[in-house]
Amino acid sequence: MSSPGVYDGAANVIAALMLLLEFGMLRQALVRDQVRLYAAQSALISVLAIVIAADRNLPDLYALAALSGTLKVVVVPLLLRRLLRSPSGDETPGVAGSYTMSPASAVLAAIGLAAFGFFSFGSLGIHSPQAPATALAIAGAMVFVAFGLMIVRRDVASQAIGFFSLENAISLASLVVAAGLPLLLETAFLFDLLLAVVVFAMLIRAHRARSESLSTADLTKLRG
Amino acid sequence: MIGVMLALLILPLAAGIVSFWVPARAAAGITVASGIACFGLVLTLIPHLAHGTVSYLSYLRADAVSGVFMLATGFLYAAVAVYAVGYLHGRTDVYVRRFYLGFNVFAWAMLAAPLMGSLALLWIAIEVTTVVSALLVAIEDTDGAAEASWKYVLIASAGLGLALLATIFAYYAGAQVLGVHSDLAIGPLLHAGPRLASTPVRLAFLLAVLGYGTKVGLFPVHTWLPDAHSEAPTPVSALLSGALLATSFYAILRFYQVAAAALGSGFPRDTLLAFGIASLLLASLYVFGQRDVKRFLAYSSVEHMGILAIGVSFGAPIALAGVMLHVMAHAAAKGNAFMGAGVFTIKYRTKQMAAMRGGLVLLPWSGPLFLLSIFALSAFPPSGIFRSEFQIVAGGLTSGNYAAAAALIVLVTVAFFGLATSATSMLLTPPPEQEKSGTGQAPEAGIHGDGAGGARAATLTVDAPAQAQVQAPGEPSAWMVIPVLAGVAVLLLLGVHPPSELTDLITRAAAQLRGAP
Repeated sequence: MSSPGVYDGAANVIAALMLLLEFGMLRQALVRDQVRLYAAQSALISVLAIVIAADRNLPDLYALAALSGTLKVVVVPLLLRRLLRSPSGDETPGVAGSYTMSPASAVLAAIGLAAFGFFSFGSLGIHSPQAPATALAIAGAMVFVAFGLMIVRRDVASQAIGFFSLENAISLASLVVAAGLPLLLETAFLFDLLLAVVVFAMLIRAHRARSESLSTADLTKLRG
Repeated sequence: MIGVMLALLILPLAAGIVSFWVPARAAAGITVASGIACFGLVLTLIPHLAHGTVSYLSYLRADAVSGVFMLATGFLYAAVAVYAVGYLHGRTDVYVRRFYLGFNVFAWAMLAAPLMGSLALLWIAIEVTTVVSALLVAIEDTDGAAEASWKYVLIASAGLGLALLATIFAYYAGAQVLGVHSDLAIGPLLHAGPRLASTPVRLAFLLAVLGYGTKVGLFPVHTWLPDAHSEAPTPVSALLSGALLATSFYAILRFYQVAAAALGSGFPRDTLLAFGIASLLLASLYVFGQRDVKRFLAYSSVEHMGILAIGVSFGAPIALAGVMLHVMAHAAAKGNAFMGAGVFTIKYRTKQMAAMRGGLVLLPWSGPLFLLSIFALSAFPPSGIFRSEFQIVAGGLTSGNYAAAAALIVLVTVAFFGLATSATSMLLTPPPEQEKSGTGQAPEAGIHGDGAGGARAATLTVDAPAQAQVQAPGEPSAWMVIPVLAGVAVLLLLGVHPPSELTDLITRAAAQLRGAP
């Protein structure tokens, strides 16, 4: 078995860092830090797009990296922090107690999910000329951890961040298997994400105004 | 025909934007005009789609399958727009303008989805339906609406994340045959079907069923559906159930076509059969014991989406024709049922079925029409749903799926008993005696707000004149009866004698689902 080249290695390292940041989001106790990790993860996606654009001669990806970076590293985090700010001006609402299980158990469960995602996507045998298959397997792991984040945290901010990081995982998968997807469509996907972010943020704001917390523990009235 | 397609993409969006800036009465008029005009535009497309495909570059594409879904959405958009005039009576100007903005944009996204020429644009249209309808579910600003909208946006968005992954794998499969700059256009993908690699197509189909299935309400990813349907304003519930679920099912059908072309129909049919049976089983059991009339109808929607999935899984031409007919008949019947339920919630000031008594007496028009809608949903002849379910079962038997056809019959019968028991007790049980003096409590607490129902029913303590109004026969508004009458007429038309253009459209759509160009 040959060792990966510089390009493959760089792509894999960036993907692995993204997965680590996903775990970081799972563990964070402050929304502000979760948003920062999300911004960092989004920045890594832009870096990976630039690496692929340079190595595989896909100039469209430069534009995509710039657009994605502007939206997901700057606009979305700013929007989230602004809308999550409490009426008293507190920028850092805590979500430490929102686990449905102990933090250690949550991380262990996430490791299990990541392993499942990694090996199930890795076993598909899908290879792309644009990026190494390992990066796709890591994207699979990120998808499962993002779902785990949405499930184990009982607060609207973490659940929303979980969804946004799910979108980052899909962006990573897209860079691996669909790097040639026309820029117009990629741009439309990004603006669609922005629309979703705005709606999430509006609903979070409404929830916070109504219940004076970010917790979803009391969203249990509708059953059956 | 390109002009008609472009008009369908412009008119509801423009109506939504204008509605936000004009007085409430004008917004209502604009929305009704837009709804009726869009339905008219869809009707003009039908004869063309029954005999060919209309496309513009790779961005817009309409064929017979698209036509069926646009017809269902177009009719419901028009009918519910008329209904909303009566439903919103008495609401504040700001609320009404916000409502019509969201309502028209929601209809726009649902009409746009079947017109999209590529799987990527289709995903974007469906995602727009989610974000807009989530805001519409939340518009009542009650605890229930907030909870329902949060669950809806989170679960549906996560599902659509999977659908996006499906779209990306479909691109990967297509790019290997069509080149890296292929744009997921549906036509070329179907044409390249037999040459597509099996693993990514298989994965894409599974993810699409799970992802878009979240929006369709297929088990086990249906959990948002009863909450959102019950807490949304009734006109929105009608659109959610009659049009949005079907539009999402349309997306699954596009992936089904690609998967069937690439893999043969065995795998996609088996997958849909499993999801369909599980959904039908869950819904037919959950219909029993529901107390909230809109949750009750929401589970009926899960049942009918299960029937659609099972129908496609049978694969026989008559079953597929039945599925196409079912999409339209379900839109009319479920739209009617929700519109009727909205009248009941306003009349009785509650959504609790136990408190709704004597509907046939107290609601001389809406009572019988609601009963007819429930019978139609239960597949009573001569409704369109009887015809469509008969075709689906016949298709199951002719294709040798005896066990699945038998399961379908049994579960539909179980659901019928659930629907009939609840509906008849609402309608045929004599109304309670009017209290002779003093103040009385509303029949049942438990209103979370329900559009005009919310406005009129938010006060749980009802004084004597209001109590008398509850128990006096009469309809809240003629605007809320007329569209239901139109829906009954459509159901009869579909059941007794569908027009020849419609039959041609359905036949061609069924053929396209079997691989015809």
